[in-house]
Amino acid sequence: MEMTGAEITIRCLQEEGVEYLFGYPGGAVLHIYDALFQQNKVKHVLVRHEQAAIHAADGYARSSDKVGVALVTSGPGLTNAVTGIATAYMDSIPMVVISGQVPTFAIGEDAFQEVDAVGITRPCVKHNFLVKDVKDIASTLKKAFYLAKSGRPGPVLVDIPKDVSAHKTEFVYPMSVNIRSYQPPGRGDSAQIRQAALLLMSAKRPMIYSGGGVVLSGASAQLTDLVRLLGFPCTNTLMGLGGYPANDKQYVGMLGMHGTFEANMSMQHCDVLVAIGARFDDRVIGNVEHFAQVPRKIIHIDIDPSSIAKRVKVDVPIVGELKLVLNELLEVLRASRQKPDVADMATWWSQIDEWRATGGGLRYKNSSEIIKPQFVIETLHKLTGGDAFVTSDVGQHQMWAAQYYKFNHPRRWINSGGLGTMGFGLPAAMGVQLKHPGETVACVTGEGSIQMNIQELSTCKQYHLPIKILSLNNGYLGMVRQWQEFFHGNRFSESYMDALPDFVKVAEAYGHVGIRVDRPADVEPAMKEAFSRKDDLVFMDFRTDPTENVFPMVPGGKGLSEVVLSEDL
Amino acid sequence: MRHIISLLMENEAGALSRVAGLFSARGYNIESLTVAPTEDASLSRMTIVTSGSDAVIEQINKQLNKLIDVVSVMDLSEGEHIERELMLIKLRAEGDDREELKRLTDIFRGRILDVSDHTYTIELTGARVKLDSFIDAIGRDLILETVRTGASGIGRGNRILSL
Ligand SMILES: Cc1cc2nc3c(=O)[nH]c(=O)nc-3n(C[C@H](O)[C@H](O)[C@H](O)COP(=O)(O)OP(=O)(O)OC[C@H]3O[C@@H](n4cnc5c(N)ncnc54)[C@H](O)[C@@H]3O)c2cc1C
Ligand SMILES: Cc1ncc(C[n+]2csc(CCOP(=O)(O)OP(=O)(O)O)c2C)c(N)n1
Ligand SMILES: [Mg+2]
Repeated sequence: MEMTGAEITIRCLQEEGVEYLFGYPGGAVLHIYDALFQQNKVKHVLVRHEQAAIHAADGYARSSDKVGVALVTSGPGLTNAVTGIATAYMDSIPMVVISGQVPTFAIGEDAFQEVDAVGITRPCVKHNFLVKDVKDIASTLKKAFYLAKSGRPGPVLVDIPKDVSAHKTEFVYPMSVNIRSYQPPGRGDSAQIRQAALLLMSAKRPMIYSGGGVVLSGASAQLTDLVRLLGFPCTNTLMGLGGYPANDKQYVGMLGMHGTFEANMSMQHCDVLVAIGARFDDRVIGNVEHFAQVPRKIIHIDIDPSSIAKRVKVDVPIVGELKLVLNELLEVLRASRQKPDVADMATWWSQIDEWRATGGGLRYKNSSEIIKPQFVIETLHKLTGGDAFVTSDVGQHQMWAAQYYKFNHPRRWINSGGLGTMGFGLPAAMGVQLKHPGETVACVTGEGSIQMNIQELSTCKQYHLPIKILSLNNGYLGMVRQWQEFFHGNRFSESYMDALPDFVKVAEAYGHVGIRVDRPADVEPAMKEAFSRKDDLVFMDFRTDPTENVFPMVPGGKGLSEVVLSEDL
Repeated sequence: MRHIISLLMENEAGALSRVAGLFSARGYNIESLTVAPTEDASLSRMTIVTSGSDAVIEQINKQLNKLIDVVSVMDLSEGEHIERELMLIKLRAEGDDREELKRLTDIFRGRILDVSDHTYTIELTGARVKLDSFIDAIGRDLILETVRTGASGIGRGNRILSL
């Protein structure tokens, strides 16, 4: 039977098992919305801004192992989506974005709502397509899902001109895809894996540094086995939190700019480092020259060869899918008679414990007068037993959430690490809540970030999403204020948030519940009240200490051991 | 160091801009870039001349391989190869210069393609250095127009870039 391009598009989504389509209609996608209207398998979620559609699809993907899917119209619909697409790209999130385009015959004529979608998104997608013939829609969408999900995941854009969505053809969904120019790596090289095993056994001061790749590949169990088998210390990047359980004694905390002292010192002084699905980001190892001053052997496991040896020299590169590589590495290690030297390990651990004591781990001076932001996160952790889904925006509150909420499971910590997109938290929480109805979803945000997508409170009302918003309202673009305090002589240029709205009233205006919390003693009761309201979205406006800073801090461009610790300790 | 990178990619709209965009976005040097279809209509062959440290060249190769449309990549400079570039150059040719220019063209094994009362248009093929030395030998004063294709390259013997 012949179907229109629009009907085919929706059928493809059905074939892919798409549950939710996050989107916003417009002229170029009218046919697709019409096809959507006439079926009931794929549920559409109408956001209030296209950026939010992408973040919601992103949150959906991060909290599951599925591809997030979004639909936007041409021109402004697409340009609004770009921030979301770039956010997903930087964190390697599998996503398919369908955009409408002006009709093929109008392309290039500066037609109404025409933008070069493929051109604009090229640098921030894994791949993109302009479909010029209705016969190509099905095979293109099949490829798009395959590309998004396989190898190093990422967003894929499919741009469909309006006339193409109206044309008709037979619908055939391809059973499989074969792209001759694209073969995602599978198993790692066995010789390299054996060499890695030898190096690990001979280490005196070993360190396991794991990142977002562990979460993306679903290799937490393998990582945990590896760490326990070897008895080595393990650190996670911001993107890797939950990949290794935070409550384990071999866990030394997050590393990097706002990582723990012990994690950064161990990273700096180790003699054998194994990087697992982590990409030596500048926020993680600081100054590369400083990092390279201490000689160490580096084993790097990653599915993307271009992540390896990009910023640091690597001795044993292993390109492959993490789960497969780790399984094989575990086999080799278990079969080996050699074990890490007991005395060396004891010395190394006592050194690490010393650093733990010096740095004070993560501590802050609580107050009975003014709410400390860290205290809010600790309370959240206590009340949710560490099992909530926590989404976050970008700024100081993000760092405190990362530091003080101890994630024991992967895919529970949902934040924008690579692009650092303010406005991510609330729409991402929508995607998470839709994927996990009945589970606690907390959005930790700041009064600055929340205003970048606050209109989504309306979407939350429409779809009954009982998200718990914890706004750490310090009245400042706090992260900016902190840098200005440290590096710009306390000149707080445009970092004060004047004329803030009454957030309780804002929440109420959208039909939700708002609670303002000013005193430390009210933090826990307020949160209890909020979490007891299972069916309501509750906006908690915590008035927190405006002068609080995030510690420890490795200033930009500095080495990992050149850290600034809190004066409070 | 200067590297000549050859690649095969899907002959699709936008493939060229993906490569060009990669170089500008990541700040890699491009000395020249040439592209044309091959005997297989579905494939284009591209030659990129670039330069950078070993680490940068390694990243360039990896990043090119990562592009979905790119089928295969070879760094020609890593082994025996042939490099050729075509130049069309128009010279002011008057009086005594006419004889001298003809002589130089012969020495460089060029061909005069077009002659007018005041000009010669010459075709010259060779590696970049040869074309550069021809330009130096002529001297800037006599050059009216220069068109160079940028280098194309191919491996020697059994070094073959294919699917
Ligand atoms: C305000 C702010 C402060 C920050 N401070 C810090 C900080 O203190 N510490 C910190 O760590 N980060 C910090 N970041 C985040 C930082 O910018 C990076 O986003 C983050 O460090 C990157 O994490 P990652 O190395 O785990 O890489 P990711 O971006 O998660 O990349 C994952 C890697 O795994 C690979 N991979 C993916 N799937 C697989 C697979 N199946 N098999 C094998 N490999 C795979 C990918 O190719 C990639 O190389 C901060 C961000 C912000 C916004
Ligand atoms: C879209 C966007 N614009 C600007 C920035 C730069 N920036 C990073 S953190 C920050 C302040 C965030 O303020 P707030 O949400 O109140 O969080 P706080 O740091 O106060 O906890 C800014 C402006 C950004 N990350 N994203
Ligand atoms: Mg703030």
